[in-house]
Amino acid sequence: MSLLSVNDLWVSYGAIQALRGISLRVEPGEIVTLIGGNGAGKSTTLRTISGLLQPRSGEIQFQGQAIQGRAPHHIVTSGLIQVPEGRGIFANLTVDENLQLGAFTRSDRVAIRKDRERALELFPRVRERLKQLAGTLSGGEQQMLAIARALLARPKLLMLDEPSLGLAPQIVQTIFQVIREINREGTTILLVEQNASMALQVAHRAYVIEVGEMIMDGPAAELAASDEVRKAYLGAH
Amino acid sequence: MADFAQTLMTALAIGSLYALIALGYTMVYGILKFINFAHSDIVVLGAWVSYTLANKILPMLGLNPHNPETAPPLWVGALILLSAMVACGLLGFAIERLAYKPLRRAPRLNVLITAIGVSLLLQNIGQLNYVFGASPQKMPALMPNIDLLRLSLPSGDGYRDVVIGLVDVMIFATSAVLMLVLEYLVFRTKLGTAMRAVSFSTDNASLMGIPVDRVVSFTFVLGSSLAAAAGFLYVMKYPGLNQPAHSIWVLLGLKAFVAAVIGGIGNVRGAVLGGFVIAFVEQFGAFYISSNYRDVYVFALLIIILLVRPTGLLGSPVREKV
Amino acid sequence: MAHSAPETPAKVTMQSAETRRSHDSIWRGLLPLALGMVLALALQFVLPAIVGQYNSRIVMDIGIAMIMAVSLNIVNGMTGQFSIGHAGFMTLGGYTAAMLTYYGSLYMWGAPPAHGHFLGAGEWMMAGACIVGGLVAAGAGYVVGLPSLRLRGDYLAIVTLGFGEILRVVLQQTSKVIEDPAALKAAKWSQLFPPPVGGAIGFADVPKYTNLFWVYTFVTITVVVAYRLKNSSLGRAMISIREDEIASQAMGVNIARNKVLAFVLAAFFAGTAGGLFAHESGVIISPKDAGFQRSFDYVIMTVLGGRGSITGVMLAASILTALPEMLRDFEQYRLIMYALLLIIMMLVRPQGLFGIHEIWQLWPGKGTRTVQKKA
Repeated sequence: MSLLSVNDLWVSYGAIQALRGISLRVEPGEIVTLIGGNGAGKSTTLRTISGLLQPRSGEIQFQGQAIQGRAPHHIVTSGLIQVPEGRGIFANLTVDENLQLGAFTRSDRVAIRKDRERALELFPRVRERLKQLAGTLSGGEQQMLAIARALLARPKLLMLDEPSLGLAPQIVQTIFQVIREINREGTTILLVEQNASMALQVAHRAYVIEVGEMIMDGPAAELAASDEVRKAYLGAH
Repeated sequence: MADFAQTLMTALAIGSLYALIALGYTMVYGILKFINFAHSDIVVLGAWVSYTLANKILPMLGLNPHNPETAPPLWVGALILLSAMVACGLLGFAIERLAYKPLRRAPRLNVLITAIGVSLLLQNIGQLNYVFGASPQKMPALMPNIDLLRLSLPSGDGYRDVVIGLVDVMIFATSAVLMLVLEYLVFRTKLGTAMRAVSFSTDNASLMGIPVDRVVSFTFVLGSSLAAAAGFLYVMKYPGLNQPAHSIWVLLGLKAFVAAVIGGIGNVRGAVLGGFVIAFVEQFGAFYISSNYRDVYVFALLIIILLVRPTGLLGSPVREKV
Repeated sequence: MAHSAPETPAKVTMQSAETRRSHDSIWRGLLPLALGMVLALALQFVLPAIVGQYNSRIVMDIGIAMIMAVSLNIVNGMTGQFSIGHAGFMTLGGYTAAMLTYYGSLYMWGAPPAHGHFLGAGEWMMAGACIVGGLVAAGAGYVVGLPSLRLRGDYLAIVTLGFGEILRVVLQQTSKVIEDPAALKAAKWSQLFPPPVGGAIGFADVPKYTNLFWVYTFVTITVVVAYRLKNSSLGRAMISIREDEIASQAMGVNIARNKVLAFVLAAFFAGTAGGLFAHESGVIISPKDAGFQRSFDYVIMTVLGGRGSITGVMLAASILTALPEMLRDFEQYRLIMYALLLIIMMLVRPQGLFGIHEIWQLWPGKGTRTVQKKA
């Protein structure tokens, strides 16, 4: 059984059709990436899966349960966690409080403390800033905080929306390393990226979305080698 | 010296009332980003519920509410205060669910108009004969008006007595306790952290698994019960109870709102600071300049602060991005 | 946001409108004005005979409410600012005009009561005083509008609210009305401060000149100006501020000037409406008129009418002025019903009666695409 399967999803903003019947699935243990240009519908897909947007039609199943139309906080409780585009940091809270909110739905103190230690091990720079207001962090640090915070929710599926956005190449490297490591430890990942070359390097499988429709899918290595993808997304001629 | 001390006492008592009411405005604004014009009517309800309960309870204890020879024991006051807070908390919850929640994604102006509608509705339901009626009443005293301290301080050529009354001290103490409880709740508990997260971004808060609607409801309950406490304490100090639609209530709410803005709207500590600032400007201005213009000082201060520091004393500047 | 930036076709229509206007600009302004004045004359002579004095008075109130709501709509509806101090401008204009006619009459004719017949000297004095009242209010509008350069949204609303409240308190502190013509002639200029306009109890004995003709003449002027503004490039610039301030600035719209201009214009008409109100029989203007509760009434009219729709706002002004009168028999429940209506309206039709459209655009076939879709 797929961990997540999306079937023929239609989403619109008023009169504008943002998604026109897209389908995708994520198997346990995978890193799946969803690549596409600006305005293709990548973020819309993630926001709909998380319950922030209501689909007009279609089905979203997580662990075999239909979750479309459920409130976002219910979906989070079932282990489907999103790090939104722009990181979704609460700038008015301290770094520490941001981390606490990651574990909002959990009450197992001992396990939370363990997960917190692990998250701070992955991102030592976040540990140095625990008492600071999150708004004072640099962009890269905020992204690290956002991922660390998401880990505290013990995600079964972690969805990352453009983690590389606006970051220096060196920091992007670090972040992608951590994504690989999190995945090795057993967390399934759905990664949305405009930076297709990075995404295709870490992912097992990939989907290509264009103006609200899935146009290609397959193993990441295969897509990275295909002419179409190379032309459109990898900047090759 | 004596005048100064007396004005200071009044300012502290009034300031804590403004602060209590301002907290409700600021919390709702922080989360839903609109001015809850119906908030002052919750204060009114708190005052009138207190009056109604006092008139029920005092006769049971064999006391005449209209002409109390002896004040009732202190637990009566505490009971009435708590009941008023619960009643107003429930009403705040109901208002949010029925009138504001359906407008969560509507333009803010519409929510504001709805709030004005709710305010009109509450005022005029309150004025109905079988609710509270449209005539002023006198609140029975719930605590003996003992002078806790009588100081003789120099005033002009001679000396004058400065009185620190039990009522003023109780107002200040009750407000202080409530504000400390709120401070703890907002800054030291998981729920408070969730509230602050929701006020920053509802979408991102819901991605943390925070049930946003419940947090919003809770905020209304909290703000409304603080308003009820303010209403109760207000009629302890000024027992002449005006009818629900009287403009004095609106002005009270308005000044508290000004306090919230001066402190930096959305900021809980700012609301408390603003409450005291307003009260000091108003009371000292009234005493040392002219009491005729006491409302002008408040609004003039508001305009000056908004022009010099548009986000208020403790508000953080937020730039709008494209 | 990319989608709200004006597109090229909009620009083309704007230019063609401008060329067209240069040809028949005078007629487009004067013809409706003349028609409006004819209508006002007809109202003046026909209406009281048909509906009686009491109902005519309500129609007068409706006219004043229309001036208020249509002018407020320039600020709230067109530029999308939020003013809740409109009654302040009205009251300022009203007091100014009342002072001019009261003391003018006392000085010239020795007594304040109405002087002359229909369109007589007294009425012309009142009309002039209304315009002066409008100018004074416009000056205040400039001052109140200035903070709008720094403040936006709710904060601006609070400043306008503060203006009304300050005015209310200041008017309460004014001194007693001078009743004796001899005392007036002997008075020194210093007695103007604080102005002798009655203090907290209000300004009584203002001559009662207001009639249907004058009210609807001013209504016509207000509506013609508002309508022409809405369809001018200036009006479009104002609307673009409402839709997206940053994009509008990027398109070269002078935001600061337009916002203040909207305030000044709206305040001017509110001032004239205040003048008409002050001279209406049965009215004693008092400081509480400046309070924000009355301002709310006008805000509600603009919201119910639909922001930017002049006819919608006029209709809302009529309904909301007449409705309380009709519900007078249910005194206790009147305001409750009013409040419920408001809340329900916001829940079921948040865009107001007509949205951004005018009444004739709602007719099938003539409407724009969006209207047809709603119908």
